[in-house]
Amino acid sequence: MDNHFETGLDVLKQKLLTMASHAETAVNRAVQALVQRDSDLAQRVKEDDRVIDQFEVEIDELAIQLLTKAPLATNLRLVTVAMKISQDLERIGDEASKIAKRARDLALEPPVKIVLDLPRIAGLALEMLKAALDSFVNRDSAAARAIIPRDKEVDALNKQIHATLVQHMEENPDTIGRCLHWIVAAKSIERIADHATNVAEDVVYLCEAQDIRHTGVKSQNATPASA
Amino acid sequence: MAAISQSTSGAGAEQKSATDTALAVRNLSVFFNDKAVLKNVTMDIAARAVTAIIGPSGCGKSTFLRAINRMHELNPEARMDGEICLFGDNIYGSGIEPVIVRRRVGMVFQKSNPFPTMSINENVTVGLRLNGVRDKKILAERTEQSLRMAALWDEVKDRLHAPAISLSGGQQQRLCIARALAVQPEVLLMDEPASALDPLATQKIEDLIIELKKIYTIVIVTHNMQQAARSSDFTAFFYLGELVEFGPTAKIFTSPAQKRTEDYVTGRFG
Amino acid sequence: MDAANHNWRKAKNTMMQTLAFACAILVILPLVLVFFHLVTQGASSINWAFFTQLPKPVGEVGGGMANAILGTFILITLASLIGVPVGVLGGVFLSEYTHKRLNWWIRFTADVTNGVPSITWGMVVYALIVVPMKGFSTLAGGIVLGLMMIPLIMRTTEEVLQLVPSGYREAALALGIAQWRMIIQIVVRTALKGIITGILLALARVAGETAPLLFTAFGNGYWTHKLTEPIAALPLQIFNYAISPYDDWHRQAWAGALVLILLVTAVNISVRVLTRDRFSRRSA
Repeated sequence: MDNHFETGLDVLKQKLLTMASHAETAVNRAVQALVQRDSDLAQRVKEDDRVIDQFEVEIDELAIQLLTKAPLATNLRLVTVAMKISQDLERIGDEASKIAKRARDLALEPPVKIVLDLPRIAGLALEMLKAALDSFVNRDSAAARAIIPRDKEVDALNKQIHATLVQHMEENPDTIGRCLHWIVAAKSIERIADHATNVAEDVVYLCEAQDIRHTGVKSQNATPASA
Repeated sequence: MAAISQSTSGAGAEQKSATDTALAVRNLSVFFNDKAVLKNVTMDIAARAVTAIIGPSGCGKSTFLRAINRMHELNPEARMDGEICLFGDNIYGSGIEPVIVRRRVGMVFQKSNPFPTMSINENVTVGLRLNGVRDKKILAERTEQSLRMAALWDEVKDRLHAPAISLSGGQQQRLCIARALAVQPEVLLMDEPASALDPLATQKIEDLIIELKKIYTIVIVTHNMQQAARSSDFTAFFYLGELVEFGPTAKIFTSPAQKRTEDYVTGRFG
Repeated sequence: MDAANHNWRKAKNTMMQTLAFACAILVILPLVLVFFHLVTQGASSINWAFFTQLPKPVGEVGGGMANAILGTFILITLASLIGVPVGVLGGVFLSEYTHKRLNWWIRFTADVTNGVPSITWGMVVYALIVVPMKGFSTLAGGIVLGLMMIPLIMRTTEEVLQLVPSGYREAALALGIAQWRMIIQIVVRTALKGIITGILLALARVAGETAPLLFTAFGNGYWTHKLTEPIAALPLQIFNYAISPYDDWHRQAWAGALVLILLVTAVNISVRVLTRDRFSRRSA
């Protein structure tokens, strides 16, 4: 009987990873559409969000079915963590859609003459997401813990971009509309980093059975499993 | 030679705090024909809580349970080492008769076994009557009290003189529980009490256990991990005669510390 | 399948059934013959006098076997006084107290003793009791029958006790009940019907024993007033009458045999009645 259960778990893991790769692609494309003012690409991102949403539904259904088999210990943590991660991935997909929408709006208007460090913040957020998903695949708790402090960097960068845009809007009121789009896009990227952090916290729970959310104790060192 | 007097009823233990230890097991080893069936078990079983013993077949969990009321001594080839202290009294102390221990530690078995020649109320009071209690008033009171505690009173109060074997399987098991409770033990041992019952009857027994732990210390052997997870406060995992891990049930079933426990609990063996 | 094959198999089936039925008849036949003979030959001699009068000398009409009937009852009562306590307690010991070597020897001895011919028993008790007492006696008769009952009752008691599930013993011990109390009040009480059955069957068996009584009770034409006097018994009387040359006595012998077999049958029927399943409701 456990073979069936293990198979179910494998299917769950696979679905989650597939959903993750869709989410990563969506973010990549959305940022690309934004920076390169590509409306078609933006449109594709919005359409593909439906696929990501569908994955969340399927994963939740499969997880509930697996819970009826009353899994215990690691299996139990895996199923509940899978549900959480799929929710974070779905939100990431939504943020990517938001970015794509702003990209499309900006592409319709002439570009703003301003230098923004958007590629850098986007790069950071994408790295964090990739690292979180890798730590899930490899069950690497230390790697997951290492991601969490990087969120501060993203927050700081977003603040900086925000300040730059505000200053530009004060000096060039005719760019307000377009600058607001940029502010929202940057915020979405910052949120993507937050979701990546959530995934990392979930991975730590899965590996160590320790819930490190909202504790403010975000150390780099992995605590040994309690006896 | 210290004689252990039967302590006052289990209900009189409300002075004890919830973190009291009911059974202090120290270096317990049991041998059958010089083959070690239990090896050096040390653990503290909390009072007025439910402790579940889990493990694959042959791991020694039934032997451990039976060592607590010295029932393993029914096997002439059994030998033991170590000690078990029941609220401070070593049940294996010199001069302690097993009969005395068994009046303080009751047992319910896997297959319900009400005595077939006796009626329902005769079964409940058999432990009292065969130990010399004659007062009809006390017997009647104890019958009602025990049957109420076993959640059986309402179903049988009108037919106390009916033969005990006329009850259904689940009712018979609850009758056996009432019979064990009638002698007012301090600890109740249960050896897979619901494994021969249908899901509904099993549910009743589990609800009963959760009620009973307010008064009694309960140790239950089960091969059903869901049952252990549902109805126990602490869980001990035995494997090949050794105590591998012991801790709060929630921890054992969500994040066990030992790999062997993890493997057993997720079904990778046993 | 072939129709021919099928017919052959049907024929085989019918043959086997007929054979089995015939064997069953063969088994019942002797019993039927015995009853038939006894009734036709003996029933006519059964009258009130048969049960109330002492044997009359040859030539006189009438008389009965009153003293023999009473004698049989007295003898089996005496035998029970010896056989039942020793047999039951012995059976309890064998079943409930495990001493492997000792129990093996006891069982072995009991089984061998069961096979000792009854006439040998008679001779042994003759040598041990009749000779020192310088006379045949009721006591000796009771003793020999009692001794014969012991291994029978011991073995059936042990077997019946073994059938009591060990769960009951464990449950009783787990309640803190002392072992001897548990054995008497739980185990023996549960097996009581079986034990009584064993006793009754042993009684029925020894009631019909003739050979040992030849050497011990010896028989008596009159009422017995003391245990040290010889006593009449049905089998003895039947034997004496049957080998006599008198027709009247032959008829009385048939009657006696009929009474004896009715007695044994009555015991068997009461055993059946006793062991019937009174509780038809079983646990769900």
